Amino acid sequence: MTEEDPTPRLAVLGAGVMGVSITTLALEHGVPVVLVETDPAKRADAPARIERELRTAQLMGVRSGKPRAELVTGASVADCADADVVIEAITEDADLKIAALTEVSHTVDEDTALVTNTSSIPVDELAAKLPRPEALLGVHFMNPSYLIRTVEVIRGSRTSSRAADSVGRLLTALGRRGVFVGDGPGFVTSRVLHRMINDAARVVQEGRASAEDVDTLMQDCLGHRTGPLRTADLIGIDNLVDSLRVLHERTGDEGCRPCELLLRKVAAGEHGRKSGKGFYTYTGVLS
Amino acid sequence: MSEPTTTPPLSAEHVRTELRRFLEERTKTDWAADTDLFATGGVSSLFAMELVVHVEKTFGIAVEGPDLRIDNFRTVNAMTDLVLRLAEAGSGE
Repeated sequence: MTEEDPTPRLAVLGAGVMGVSITTLALEHGVPVVLVETDPAKRADAPARIERELRTAQLMGVRSGKPRAELVTGASVADCADADVVIEAITEDADLKIAALTEVSHTVDEDTALVTNTSSIPVDELAAKLPRPEALLGVHFMNPSYLIRTVEVIRGSRTSSRAADSVGRLLTALGRRGVFVGDGPGFVTSRVLHRMINDAARVVQEGRASAEDVDTLMQDCLGHRTGPLRTADLIGIDNLVDSLRVLHERTGDEGCRPCELLLRKVAAGEHGRKSGKGFYTYTGVLS
Repeated sequence: MSEPTTTPPLSAEHVRTELRRFLEERTKTDWAADTDLFATGGVSSLFAMELVVHVEKTFGIAVEGPDLRIDNFRTVNAMTDLVLRLAEAGSGE
């Protein structure tokens, strides 16, 4: 980003579901992205997955109309050296996130803002272990990021105004509205939603209703947009379990202990839409 | 001795039947051909891309450019019109 060209330069760490979703949002808003992924197979098929997401964005009528920006994929954190904002979207594991963000901190300018897309880990907990804790804040993008216009923004107790302003400019460029909330396990959305999904899965586990019936009741009677278990498939059941563990460890709330059915699905590789099967089966999305 | 075979043109009835079969299999609902799949809440908008991929693979068409919009997938009839139009355009090339 320069005075002549105010478009922020963005780097995204991790080409999983969220990394691809955020990258899609940025590219179609004219924000160039360096997408860093260490797994060669994931890195190789990331452009094709982004193409599919761009098609979905067009189908749903949410393309911004701006010229599409350039995508560069890279294998190393060194590839994001020139970024104004770096968003990490890697596995929901505090140690892995700290290691990645520490490496980024040693690579980028001191003006570069660091963003964690964690759904559950408190920002201050991560920031305390970083060389520049003031550079970090949390932006919880939802999936698909290009369909959901609001994001949850978490400013840690040590986050600088400069980092917050930089991320604010990025969100403006991405056409997203940030809702600022206080730091803490799960912030607002995961604290409320993930526990509820765990309860919904427990109802299925106990044999009291099918996944379809749980979702139908939650949709038709209570106005939930997709139903909790279809949402679980969209989040990724493995990611959901990781998040529930973070919540359970940090709050002691037994309602957040991942239920048996969720654990069985993770062990069986039934991770939701991305694996073709979760609470539902998905034949078309992988082809 | 076998007769030479040619691919018969797609009929609206065939396309409609196939689409309704697919929708019933995936959503456990028998959809009327003119019912808005998305307005009733019975079909998630996230299912829409699956529908696109299914239509492309099943009928050998490519849905691109301005055709790639949700209104073309809102009802079985709308999808049928799209498939017939793209199949006819493809066979004329």
